[in-house]
Amino acid sequence: MQFDVIFTAEALQLYWQGLIGTLEILIACLIVGGGLSIPLAVLRVSPSAWIRGPIWLFTYVIRGTPLLIQVYIIYYGVAQLDWIQARWDDSWPWTGFKDAFFCAVLAFSLNTCAYTIEMLAGAIRDTAPGEIEAAQAMGFSRLQTLRRIVLPSAMRRALPAYSNEVIMMLHSTSLASTVPAIFDITGAARSIYSDYYLPFEAFITAGLIYLVLTFALVGLFKLAENHWLAYLRPQR
Amino acid sequence: MKLDGYITSILEGSLLSIQVALGALVVAVILGLAGASAKLSQRKPLVWLGSVYSTIIRGIPDLVLMLLIFYGGQIGLNILLESVGYTDYVEINPFAAGLITIGFIYGAYMTETFRGAILAIPKGQAEAGLAYGMSRSRVFFTIVLPQMVRLALPGFTNNWLVLIKSTALVSILGLPDMTYLAKQAGAAARGEVPNAPLLFMAFAALIYLVFTTVSLIALRQLEKRYTVGVKRLAA
Repeated sequence: MQFDVIFTAEALQLYWQGLIGTLEILIACLIVGGGLSIPLAVLRVSPSAWIRGPIWLFTYVIRGTPLLIQVYIIYYGVAQLDWIQARWDDSWPWTGFKDAFFCAVLAFSLNTCAYTIEMLAGAIRDTAPGEIEAAQAMGFSRLQTLRRIVLPSAMRRALPAYSNEVIMMLHSTSLASTVPAIFDITGAARSIYSDYYLPFEAFITAGLIYLVLTFALVGLFKLAENHWLAYLRPQR
Repeated sequence: MKLDGYITSILEGSLLSIQVALGALVVAVILGLAGASAKLSQRKPLVWLGSVYSTIIRGIPDLVLMLLIFYGGQIGLNILLESVGYTDYVEINPFAAGLITIGFIYGAYMTETFRGAILAIPKGQAEAGLAYGMSRSRVFFTIVLPQMVRLALPGFTNNWLVLIKSTALVSILGLPDMTYLAKQAGAAARGEVPNAPLLFMAFAALIYLVFTTVSLIALRQLEKRYTVGVKRLAA
């Protein structure tokens, strides 16, 4: 093993850039995907099949196909359409498709959005009927009930499942390295592997960085659960 | 080559994807059973080994593990063979590497699923079996295993769905699976078929959707069968 190659300024610089890239993609897709998932989860539990249906279809298709294919569909498929390419020089939002980072974040956002919708919708369905009845008895409007009662408690109860999703997303960002011009931790490892032909050193280092990030996320979510789920802990 | 030719080649690639998935499933179930028994055993080193396996593997992205095992295994194997005096260069078959890696990764997820299922079976049942003079293996096969199947099925279904989708990663190792062929077809048919890259990749996505849908229906039927004797309270 020649781990000294990893601990040169050059290689460490690559991993550092990769780490920044991974975190940028992760944070961007969690903000976009997570943000979209809240209104969509509310629509997902709508009593009307016409509203529920399309959202179910979206989550079903995304959850039933590999993320790698979704990335390819957006990067090699949609971004290469003549229709898009005719517009990507000047008309927003199509200009984004020129950028590999945009394509990757779009694919990851749609993916995490679909999983988060189902998670959140499940939590919303599990809301205790008494809570909603109480809100109605207090004269809350439907929107008020949603905003003050249903969503705050559903989002809290979805937190443990969401921590898994965030960790899955962290791991999924490694697929960004399959898109040229994007540099993440896996991309850094691949470039060190091809420069020095040291697969163990390059990929073990990358694996360790992901492991540390995973544990950090687990720790952060523990803190978040202690804070927001404290009321669900057994009373002493 | 016309459109039909590309479609046929992607369909042929889908057979390879299924082979990788099923092969990896066998490896994963074996490793999962071994991992679960290790984590539940009385011996400290085994518990430790099982925990390290399931924690580390689940903390690292599939792609990184796959690249590590594929590229690293290649060099490792040759160094190993050289040290025993075998000098020819041996190339690892990407099919075997992909299959074993995916199996190895999902073995860690199966470990947790099986461990949870075994823990959910009341301890008294196995104790009762032992008290009746049944051997340990008999207790496992006639009391624990049948109930474990029922309890592990939901987790197993999830793991299997994630596993099938992860087979798309073998295309990165250069294995001509469905994803690889769809990408190639998209590049080759450019200009010949309008919007070829999107078309062929969407076709591959559709086949994956068929795989996951069929698996979901089949495993739901199986779950129904295994929960026949279980009382369910209406929510």
